[in-house]
Amino acid sequence: MRNSRTLRLIAGVMCAGTALAACGTSSTSSSSAGGGGFTPPKLEALSQLGQPEGALNILAWPGYAENGSNDPNVDWVTPFEQATGCKVNVKTFGTSDEAVSLMKTGQYDVISASGDASLRLIAGGDVEPVNTSLVPNYADIYDFLKSKPWNSVNNVSYGVPHGWGANVLTYRTDKVSPAPNSWSTMFDPNSPYKGKVIAYDSPIYIADAALYLMKTKPELGIKNPYALDDKQFQASVDLLKQQRPLVSEYWSDYLKESQALKNGDAVIGTAWQVTVNLTQSEGAPVQSTLPTEGATGWSDTWMVSAKSPHKTCAYKWLDHIVSPQANAKVAEYFGEAPANPKACSMTADAKHCEVYHAGDAAYASRIWYWTTPITQCIDGRTDVKCKDYGEWTRAWTEIKG
Amino acid sequence: MSIAASVSGFLYRKPRLRLGMLLSAPLLWLGLAYLGALAALFVTAFWHTDTFTGQVVTEWSLDNFATLFRDEVYRTITVRTLGIAVAVTVIDAVIAFPMAFYMAKFASPRAQRVLVIAVMTPLWASYLVKAYSWRIMLSGNGLIGWLFGATPGYGLAATVITLSYLWLPYMILPIYAGLDRLPNSLVEASGDLGGRPWGTFRSVVLPLTFPAIVAGSIFTFSLTLGDYITVKIVGGANQMLGNVVYDNIGAANNLPFAATVATVPVVIMLVYLAAVRRTGALDNL
Repeated sequence: MRNSRTLRLIAGVMCAGTALAACGTSSTSSSSAGGGGFTPPKLEALSQLGQPEGALNILAWPGYAENGSNDPNVDWVTPFEQATGCKVNVKTFGTSDEAVSLMKTGQYDVISASGDASLRLIAGGDVEPVNTSLVPNYADIYDFLKSKPWNSVNNVSYGVPHGWGANVLTYRTDKVSPAPNSWSTMFDPNSPYKGKVIAYDSPIYIADAALYLMKTKPELGIKNPYALDDKQFQASVDLLKQQRPLVSEYWSDYLKESQALKNGDAVIGTAWQVTVNLTQSEGAPVQSTLPTEGATGWSDTWMVSAKSPHKTCAYKWLDHIVSPQANAKVAEYFGEAPANPKACSMTADAKHCEVYHAGDAAYASRIWYWTTPITQCIDGRTDVKCKDYGEWTRAWTEIKG
Repeated sequence: MSIAASVSGFLYRKPRLRLGMLLSAPLLWLGLAYLGALAALFVTAFWHTDTFTGQVVTEWSLDNFATLFRDEVYRTITVRTLGIAVAVTVIDAVIAFPMAFYMAKFASPRAQRVLVIAVMTPLWASYLVKAYSWRIMLSGNGLIGWLFGATPGYGLAATVITLSYLWLPYMILPIYAGLDRLPNSLVEASGDLGGRPWGTFRSVVLPLTFPAIVAGSIFTFSLTLGDYITVKIVGGANQMLGNVVYDNIGAANNLPFAATVATVPVVIMLVYLAAVRRTGALDNL
């Protein structure tokens, strides 16, 4: 162990000499590292609203908090500022993982978190429970979106559902025939579309493989694609490694994917509805479908930072963003199903809710919403340990090779 | 006497103080902001994160380095990245040398200036615009497929082509500077002594400009080692060392492991610099 001691010594000296700030970070490291269960830090929800504090810092997906600076006609932040006197600052993020990192700075009051970020934020003590009785519009929201594993813990709500959508199977109608209705066209090693498949670039994509195995290999006993034990996880990883030669690209930027589909560099893949709409609008023959196996998807939640000094403004925002008017505007601008049914009558395109299957609980039930995988199996099993997101991330590097 | 004059008079009498004040800013920058940041990075590599909450746990361990050496995937990625860096460097050197040779030895002074500007023009355009242009050109129905009837598609070949394009100016300019400094009289002397063109080139021009080529290779090599954007745009499903670093910060929020991976190119560059120091190339930078 001599080497390790020397290294410690070197590291220690450098630490003392140069990087006091870096060494001092996060002395409050979680004591439950590697522990099995998931008990969120004890935090109380706000009991009553006060006077608006005059400022609000929002951390949001692009397109979720528009103030007219991108397009003068797209603006639901200014009316909010005028009504409440809360001056809004918006910071956007590109991936859930970036959002989690940014939220740790404690500089933001509210965040639009997808299910693969929300549990991490709750566990890290970055967000606190939300008193939904202080959010009048909460009552209108579809019941099938409330108190779900990604926005509540032990029936305590941690936020307000905002909108949802599926990761749909997307294909070029002129290059892919017959029209696919199963993910097997993306996983079968003998797929005729070898080298033309485009897949999502995130560890959470492992769930897509698990979902497929859930239907095609019932002997694995997968009940929830986000709760995988060793054997199930290995099978999913192996399936993705087998898919790797079929894949032309992994996408994380939906514009890049749209371009690949438009140019025919990829002919089949997993995409968001907004990508399909965009590609169609540019004249490419692209269609999407929800395959027989179902699909993964996202359900986003507005959450309140535990460190927020602007809690009243935060609650005002939560209520504003799921109000029928604002919810309709966001859903249409971003391309997703709104959480508030009353929004459906206010969209510019009367068929918006129909296209995105808003309120279609049967359609929604076939979607497995992104949820952070944790050691404790979220499908209810207690006899095994599940793989956590850290291991998913590691496996993802290995899959891409 | 004004204050400014008295201060300047005081400094005039204290040359050491003058020097100290002049150097303190750059030294502070080099010592704290630059080397300090590198040291902090190296320290972080010995920590780890709580995989669920993403918080950094400040316990010392060599686990990250063990993972880096044990898992085959990181070796594969390191070898792939090195291979791309070597290929880009060789391609750039082969393309740049004749170009720089013409610029330094045959072009008129006016044409020289025009050519130097022409070589530098691509540096004024955004990296992203250039990389995405290559994405479009290499696409199935892009310019390259239209011109040659086939395209390499997105993958390692596309990555090497795009990076070679991007870093070419960094190779041409040092070689041009090296050739420009080579006195014409040496070449003429070789000819007067009976040296044929090829012999002159091999035993006079090449040895004297080799340090310049090495200087250029430091740029192309190190820039390629650290790149992660081009491979993301035209690399298809492939990843390089930079992508692993990026994914561990962006996706996994695992700063310590990202720091561990980031030490790999640093070590490679240290080895490379130690090797090229012997050629005298560093005097040319």
